[in-house]
Order: sequence, then C-alpha cells, then structure tokens
Amino acid sequence: MAEPGALRAYWAMLRGQARSQTAYRLSFGIDLVSNVGATALDVFTVFVLFGVTRVLGGLDLREALVVTGLTACAFATADMLVGNIERISLYVRTGRFDAVLVRPLRALPQLVLLDLPLHKLSRAAFGTAVYAVALAAAGIAWTPGRALLAVVAPAAAVVFFGAVFVVTASVAFWWTESGEFGNAFTYGGRDFTSYPISVYSGWFRNAFAYALGFAFVSYYPALALLGKADPIGLPGWVGWLAPAVALPAAAVAALIWRQGLRHYTSTGS
Amino acid sequence: MMTVIAARELRKEFTVRVRQGRLRRARRTVAAVDGVDLAIARGEMVGYIGPNGAGKSTTLKMLTGVLTPSGGEVSVCGLSPVRQRTRLARRIGVVFGQRTQLWWDLPLRDSYDLLRHIYRVPAAEHAARLRRCRSLLDLDEFLDIPVRQLSLGQRMRGELTAALLHGPEVLFLDEPTIGLDVVSKQAVRGFLAELGAGGDVTLMLTTHDLADIEKLCRRLLVIDHGRVVHDGTIEALHARYGSRRRVVVELEEPLAAPPEVPGATLVTAGPLRLEYDLTGATAGELLARLAGLAFRDLSIVEPDIEDVVARLYTGAPVTDAP
Repeated sequence: MAEPGALRAYWAMLRGQARSQTAYRLSFGIDLVSNVGATALDVFTVFVLFGVTRVLGGLDLREALVVTGLTACAFATADMLVGNIERISLYVRTGRFDAVLVRPLRALPQLVLLDLPLHKLSRAAFGTAVYAVALAAAGIAWTPGRALLAVVAPAAAVVFFGAVFVVTASVAFWWTESGEFGNAFTYGGRDFTSYPISVYSGWFRNAFAYALGFAFVSYYPALALLGKADPIGLPGWVGWLAPAVALPAAAVAALIWRQGLRHYTSTGS
Repeated sequence: MMTVIAARELRKEFTVRVRQGRLRRARRTVAAVDGVDLAIARGEMVGYIGPNGAGKSTTLKMLTGVLTPSGGEVSVCGLSPVRQRTRLARRIGVVFGQRTQLWWDLPLRDSYDLLRHIYRVPAAEHAARLRRCRSLLDLDEFLDIPVRQLSLGQRMRGELTAALLHGPEVLFLDEPTIGLDVVSKQAVRGFLAELGAGGDVTLMLTTHDLADIEKLCRRLLVIDHGRVVHDGTIEALHARYGSRRRVVVELEEPLAAPPEVPGATLVTAGPLRLEYDLTGATAGELLARLAGLAFRDLSIVEPDIEDVVARLYTGAPVTDAP
C-alpha cells in the first residue's frame, strides 16, 4: 500500500469522489449544513443534563465538555473517513463488490474512497471546534505533555473508532443484513464515550469501557488533560493509553477484514 | 500455441441452507461448477453459454479472482487469480453486464481519467486506446455526459472502453449485450469482432443471445449443471445434435402428393407449403428435384442454434444424430 503508484491512484479516486459529490451543488450544500445538526444536538444534550445537575460523574460542565468534545471530534472524523464502509453490505448484496475486486487495488481503501462522504467534513470541523473551545474553557494547566496528549488522544480515538467501523462492517461478509448490529457498537460507542464513564455502572460499563476499550480513547485522556483523579480508581498514566489501545484495535480490525474478505471469496456472498 | 486460460477439474461448491420445518434448517452442499477443464489459447474468442444457474458466472468469477475455487487448478495469464488478484487485474478486462465500472455522477471522460490512474497506464498509451475506442464505438457524442444520464447502449459502449484502456490480454464479458437494442448490439458485436481480429486479445464471453456467439465465436463451450457438455465449433454442435438446414417451398397451387427426395426429409406438407430438412442432399440437389413445380417463394433456413441449445438445456433427448 505504501507503493507510490497506488497512492496516486487513491488520490485520483479521492478527487473523483470530490467532483462526484460537488456535482450536485445545492444538495451538497444542504448536506454540509444539516450534518452539523446531529453533532450539535449531542453537545446540546450535555448542556441540558447540566441544567439539572452541577456535577456529572465527578466533572462539572466545562470539564465534561472536554470528554464530549474529544468524542465529537474523533467520531465525526472517523465517520467521515471510514464510516461509509458500512455500505459494504449493500455492495455485497448488489454484487458491486465484484467490480471492486477486479481492479488492481486493495478492496478496503477502494471502498472507503468510492463512497467518502465529503459533506461530513462540516461535522468533523464542528466536533473539532467543540473540542478546541472545551479545551480552552476548562482551565487546563498546560504542560508540554498535556499539549501533546491533546493532539495524540483524538488522533488515537479516530483510529479506534475507524477500527470499530471496519470490524462491524466486516460482519456483513458473514451476515449480509447486519446494519443495526453494527450501529450498536459504532453509534452506541460514540454515545457511551460522550459522557464520563463514571456515570455508568456494572457489567455494561466494564464491557464497553474496558473490554472493548472505549474508555481509553476519550474519558481517561480527558481526565489526564484536566489533571483529575479517576473516581473509579485507575492510575493517572491510563490517560496515555489511547494509542496503545487504538493500534491493536486497528490490527484486529485489519485481521477481521481479511478473514471476511477470504470468507466472501470462498462463498460468494 | 500459448494457453492463456487454463483450468483443470475446477470446482466450486456452495453451502445452502434449506428450510425444514419451522426452525430447522439443513445444510446442503451444491456444486455450482463441477469439474471444468479449460484450455483457451491466446487470441481465441470463446462463447461460454448455459442456462441460468449452470455455473457460467461462477466460473468467470473464479477466473477473475473474485471467488476462490473449492477444488482443481486454475491459472490466467500464468497467474493464480485469487492469490495474485491485483497483479492479474492489470492484465485482464472485465465487463459485468449489469454492474458498472464507471463513476455514476461523473462524465464518462472523467471515469476514463480515473481508470488511467487506477491501472497506472502511461498517458500516451491511454490516449491512443481511447482514441481508437472513440471512433469504433462512437463515444464522442456522450463523452461529456454524466454516466447516470447515458442510455443502456451508450453505457455499455462506455463499459467496454473502460475495460480496454489498460490494454488487457484477456477480456471477460458477462452478458455484454443484455438489454441492448438491435443497433447497440450490432455496435458492440462489430467492435468485439474487430478487437478479436487483431489476434492479441483473448475473449471469453457469456451470453443468452446466441447471435453474439454466431457472430463472434468460433469456439463454443456449453455448460450445464456445472459441467462442460460441449466444447467445439457451432458446426460441430449442429452435427452432434442433428440440426439441419431446412428448405421451405411456397407453392402457387395446391399439390396432390409432395415429391419424395432422397437425402431430404419432408417435415411439413401443407397444401401450399413444403418443408424439407436436408439430411444428405444439398439444397441444389433438392431444388433440381423440385424443378417442375410452380414456386411462389423459396427460402433456405439455417439451423437455429437456439433450438439445439434449448434441447441441451431442457435435457430433451437428442435424436437421429448422423
């Protein structure tokens, strides 16, 4: 994939996708605007919550917004970059996936680029803005380490959410009608990570936060940025684990994708 | 002779689940391709036909690297299709009649530009090939129109071009004329004939329109229930299944007793119409015997490959082969 020729091919496909989508100017414009809506609503929900309580899971409004902003920024970016991989089930059902396989490029980047929803750029930008404002408003005691973490954490979270998208989409290779199942982990994961995890409890928290790893890409990095202790009792360095969770997640996603592809080529659908 | 497409005992099995009662499902293994041998030489044009579900598309998918065979060996251009999928993709062209390789919202011209990057074709080569396709397939009138607005015939001409711009050694066509009007079919066939005449490109096409085969392919592979049941020329197929040329005579006035002609079988004897199948005699010999009659019209009907194939498909017994 590092081959320069292949990169040029992907770049050409990206430009093609940009031209395709801007072919419908008005609709692209409407999409750009309306896409901000969903993320704006997520952030608004946090404000509403703090209308009834002053503290949520040990964080006040300005601190909780760092968690929400980090998630909004990373999820919207990952959703734009690889979220449309969930359309694989459509490609498998309609046989368009075969047309992808007879081209001299890898299947995964092709699928991502064939459908890259550039109109979601606005949502990613909005999420990033919320994150930036939250960082500024939270009264963080900045150190070089925290400045680095403020950049590394969302990057790792993008990789992590991207991996979740790829894994849930891969399920379509075995189970064609898998849409809602995948949403439980992708959009469900986003909603989970939008709030301090200390508001959850029991097996649900353990499963999503620790077993699946969602807590390490948003909540714990936010605590580390804010310099707050974890009410659940994990040590401070856990806030730096985001890359160590995201990279293995990406590796697992690649592995599952490959298995899925192999399953597809041996069964046909 | 260089073999470009080779398969030995090629098999593909699918597991299907069959409902048995309310919840129980039984798994059953079905062989879609059941031991197919292929040896197709460079420059050959081969028609691959068979009824729906015979295994045509499955075979094509195994040859193009989309499906992994369950058994047997296969190589295309000396490569293993699934293992060396992206390398092979550069050397073959594929047209799936009902699936597009083009960018729906972009002008046709832009799709070609993208494909040039995807296949990494030098600009000059690409331009030369495109120029040739433009003149042979009359692309100029719709080259700047978004693909979604093209007619089916225009789009298929566009698809063919897209499959050829990287100069493939082998072209796989799955139902290239499906749904096309007569004029577009002729344009596509004419183009493929021209392409085949060069002798460099190997062509394998599946179709339900047997006229495609008659116009294009000297060699015909018939597959049924996953097995090749005929491999040879169309003439050999006719000979094997006893199709004959038929002479139809329309008469000016009714005839009491139609003449018996050795080497020809009278199949229809109406008052004003006689039909003979030639079983040994030539059309000329038959006419000489009928010379005394007053004809209104006379025609010679070539054997219809559809009939032969229909008989093959339905498994009806094939009688009186010579």
